[in-house]
Amino acid sequence: MPNTPVLRLCGITKYFGPLAANDDISLTLNAGEMLALLGENGAGKTTLMSILFGHYVADSGTVEVQGEALPPGSPRAALTAGVGMVHQHFTLAGNMTVLENIMLGTEPLWGFRRNSARARAKLGALMERFQLRVDPFAMVRGLSVGERQRVEILKVLYRDARILILDEPTAVLTPQESDHLFATLRELVNQGVSVIFITHKLREVMAASDRCVVLRHGRVVLETSTKATSAEELAKAMVGASIPQATRTPHPHGEEVLFLDRVNASAPDRGASLNELTLSVRAHEILGIAGVSGNGQALLADLLSGLVAPAGGNIVLRGQTVNHLTPAAMIRAGVGRVPDDRTGTGLVADMTVMENLSTEIYRLPGFSKRGMLNFKALASRAAQLMDVFDIRCAGPDAPVRKLSGGNMQKLILGRVLSQGPHLILANQPTWGLDVGATAAVHQHLLDAARRGAGVILISEDLDELFQLSDRIQVMYQGRLSAPQDTSVDRARLGLMMSGQTFDHRGAA
Amino acid sequence: MRLEPRESVALGWQVGAPLLAVIIAMALCSGLILWAGASPLSAWGLLLKGALGSTFALTETLTRATPLIFTGLAVAVAFRAKLWNIGGEGQFYVGACMATWLGTGLITLPAWLMIPFLFLTGALAGGLFLLIPTWLKTQLKADEVVTTLLLNFVVLLVVNWLVFGPWKDPMAMGWPQAAPVIDQAMLPILVPKSSLHLGFILALACALLMWWMMRFTIWGFEIRAVGASLKASTFAGMPVRATIIRTALLSGGLAAMAGVSELCGVKGYLTLDLSPGFGYSGIVVAMLAALHPLGVVLSAIFIAVIYIGADSMSRAINISNYIADVTTAVCLLMVLLAMFLTRYRIRWK
Amino acid sequence: MDILSLFLETGFWLAMVRMATPLIFGTMGELICERAGVLNLGIEGIMAAGCMSGWTWVFLGGTLWGGVLFAACVGAALGLLHAVFTVHLGLSQHVTGLGITMLGVSLSSFVFRMVLPQVTTPPKIVPFAPLDIPVLSTLPFIGPVLFSQTALTLLAFILVGVTAYVLLRTPLGLALRMVGENPLAAEAQGLSVLGLRTGAVMVGSAFMAVGGAFLTLAAFDAFYIGMVNGRGWICIALVVFSSWKPGKALLGALLFAAFDAIQMRVQQQSISAIPYQFYLMLPYLCSILALITMSRKAAYPKALLVPFRKGER
Repeated sequence: MPNTPVLRLCGITKYFGPLAANDDISLTLNAGEMLALLGENGAGKTTLMSILFGHYVADSGTVEVQGEALPPGSPRAALTAGVGMVHQHFTLAGNMTVLENIMLGTEPLWGFRRNSARARAKLGALMERFQLRVDPFAMVRGLSVGERQRVEILKVLYRDARILILDEPTAVLTPQESDHLFATLRELVNQGVSVIFITHKLREVMAASDRCVVLRHGRVVLETSTKATSAEELAKAMVGASIPQATRTPHPHGEEVLFLDRVNASAPDRGASLNELTLSVRAHEILGIAGVSGNGQALLADLLSGLVAPAGGNIVLRGQTVNHLTPAAMIRAGVGRVPDDRTGTGLVADMTVMENLSTEIYRLPGFSKRGMLNFKALASRAAQLMDVFDIRCAGPDAPVRKLSGGNMQKLILGRVLSQGPHLILANQPTWGLDVGATAAVHQHLLDAARRGAGVILISEDLDELFQLSDRIQVMYQGRLSAPQDTSVDRARLGLMMSGQTFDHRGAA
Repeated sequence: MRLEPRESVALGWQVGAPLLAVIIAMALCSGLILWAGASPLSAWGLLLKGALGSTFALTETLTRATPLIFTGLAVAVAFRAKLWNIGGEGQFYVGACMATWLGTGLITLPAWLMIPFLFLTGALAGGLFLLIPTWLKTQLKADEVVTTLLLNFVVLLVVNWLVFGPWKDPMAMGWPQAAPVIDQAMLPILVPKSSLHLGFILALACALLMWWMMRFTIWGFEIRAVGASLKASTFAGMPVRATIIRTALLSGGLAAMAGVSELCGVKGYLTLDLSPGFGYSGIVVAMLAALHPLGVVLSAIFIAVIYIGADSMSRAINISNYIADVTTAVCLLMVLLAMFLTRYRIRWK
Repeated sequence: MDILSLFLETGFWLAMVRMATPLIFGTMGELICERAGVLNLGIEGIMAAGCMSGWTWVFLGGTLWGGVLFAACVGAALGLLHAVFTVHLGLSQHVTGLGITMLGVSLSSFVFRMVLPQVTTPPKIVPFAPLDIPVLSTLPFIGPVLFSQTALTLLAFILVGVTAYVLLRTPLGLALRMVGENPLAAEAQGLSVLGLRTGAVMVGSAFMAVGGAFLTLAAFDAFYIGMVNGRGWICIALVVFSSWKPGKALLGALLFAAFDAIQMRVQQQSISAIPYQFYLMLPYLCSILALITMSRKAAYPKALLVPFRKGER
């Protein structure tokens, strides 16, 4: 039954403050179709799907499922109508079992007892039918990212959803896991489920979708059958006329700025512990760290930020072994740190732009004297950095909370790079940024390397790693692979990320 | 009903919000006055007259505001750093005990030395006392709200033991109270024939000092940053632990100074009812002032007006003076609501 | 006197169970709130309000059970106030809770004075009598300790079982726990986060108020200002101590009451060198100790203190 619309969005408009996240968007989904919703970060994809699913209420516009209008703002109504959503940030409780997470909300709230046996039987049949296996009695906190996603999909299937929405489903998967995911989705489509997946990766759109819709600045700019288009056309539609690109000039590497010698570390809630980690970064060099999230990257970042002390091994910065590891000591030693969590860790969201630009340097002579802050010096420094790093905001006294993600990141880069670091640790520096901001961040990192800093770039985005890095090391369960050349095959890197053919001694 | 964050907050709203809260709170409490069979308008009129109607009433009000400024500042500085010090009442008595111990004859100095000495030692004791729950919080993750609250009861029992036992004044005709502090320790009276004492000036000075510290110094910057985001200030290499300890010393010290000031300024000797809940009222004072040190002075005077005025009002129209406690409690809730409305608007759909 | 011989006395165990009763109610109430992600620091005030309203109901001619029910309603109303502020508006749970406590304490004193304007000694009511259930109460030891208590004590024990069952075995309990662990997950499964949290806070607060009413309707027969005397704060410490598990919370409350009972006995019987005030301190110090021992390992409900605002980003 091709071309039977099962879902129709009409004239959806949603404002966040003065910003139009969705501006009069209309689209339809046909039965048994795989639709890709494409757009760069901030184009309004997630907002649109959140309105469809009832997390947000649109300012105007309607959602129709099978010809019936959905009441706005009710995920319950969406679920009843057969719409299921797999969120980018999984909506699972770690302290509960897989079965509990899946059963939640499927039985009448005032029932006398949960019928776990029946639920388990139904779940077992689903796992069999779609080849999605996971232990129903395992605690979610012990599952890998891939398994968690399986639980999310099972959760939706368990409710007999006919329309499945996935928000950036491949963001945290290895290339092989992504392939497997799309095979599963294709199987679902063959069995009559209609799928919408949100992505900003052109490769996935071309490989997996039947039809695609491109959003830019909250509007539909292109709607086409996948066969009738090309990656180039989609890219152009996604970012507008020109695609900004960072330029890279190769430079001979200098002396070693960081040497990790068989470092061990562990911390609760930080994923895998670090196991005999050895790596070396030289001046002018960008070392990429690839890997699926949760394999110890967070701990490596914490370690180099001075937040976690190693349990064993040595950290050598420019020939000096670092013993007393604190954030302040790392800053003094010339390590510039760009954390992955901008609003929580990188910035004090409720303080001003000027104050945030000052948090690492206010105790230095010139910025304070006998316990008093020198506002004049801090303000002139802030004005200068806002200018050089193109931080767009209402002024130095604007609260950081009000800045866009790109401007927040530029603020952090300004704070870090203005201190002339010898080593820069950038953890997912472009996560959630639009193309323009991404290019700016890339350019700043490349420039810093050209000026002589060594850079460690932790990223889950292979494209980014290939584009910036001189060498790439893969992290898996707290271990590092041998450095790979950037000419390495993508698929091979993917296998290493999933632990297969992983040899941390670097042979083969 | 939907809540929408406001894009920008007009200055008028920020100043107007606490005023609005106070008005709503008084309107709500008017219901209780009506229940008691009196006219709210005349009751509030009597309250204002009782608190501000004469020079004597005014000095009484400012005397009552003095400890509230201290405890309000203690809460304001602690809450700013997200150190939830609810132990002002306990720290108040620690300060009073310290002053009783040193000031009842153990040490004799001329007044110009004795008074600063008692304030400093009292503040030190109060600050160190708050370090206990602070240490439990940072080292053992024990919630300081509960520990500081429970320590209030412990301190009160210690005071109970002291005034019934070892410190009981044999000259007090059997009343449970400690011996009076020596004359050199008593704070001079500011207005003749009133009880307004030097403590008021000290409280004002402390408020100014706190404001200056928060606004212009490294310490203030660190306290604000640590309070706004512990994670981000740790990441930025700020001395987080030192800041929290410093905050605890300041907060506990200020609350203890309230105790010294009441002991040496008003009563002269330690009793179990030296504080009618100044430590707890300090929370209301600080919240009404939106944690601003200079605002604390105004809101402390306002709370003092309520208490002093309620005393005379309850005598005049036969209504329980617990109405003052109810009013302050409602004020606290309403100021939360008003502050919320400065950040969000409510859309009815 | 010998502490060991104390444990052989039925009277000691009886006193312990009686003293544990308000703590059991309060701890269960707080546990329910916190499991749903809301810290309820209003507990001290809600218990005070329950204390006063239950007593007043009976003093003005109502039945004892009517008084319990009335106290529960008053508690639920204060819980609703707390929920509107913290759940619907997302305001600070710390400050709101303290505000509710101040309101509960001051309002109950005020109302008490309004009802009884001029009294020096508080008038008394006829409180709940011990049950003496046939057969059961004649059992050796267990009989008097458990079944010669008042009906409210029995109710407290039943409540622990019911709470544990509901939380662990029913769809409602799963939903409540999820709201306290990951509210977005609950919303994505079609549940109303605000509704569930509001309900949990109201029911929890009703339990607290009944705990307060026990003091005036069963443990004593009159109302005094300041009667709750920090029991609410002790309950909050007990919830942490119990790692948010009803069974452990019951154990904690009993253990705690045992200390309290020992303290009272020792205080009565020895003219020891230690002044009685130090015995009175024990409950508070024990609470702090309980908090310290468990806080480090405690697995907090992940969304405790985190407000949930629908559609906000």
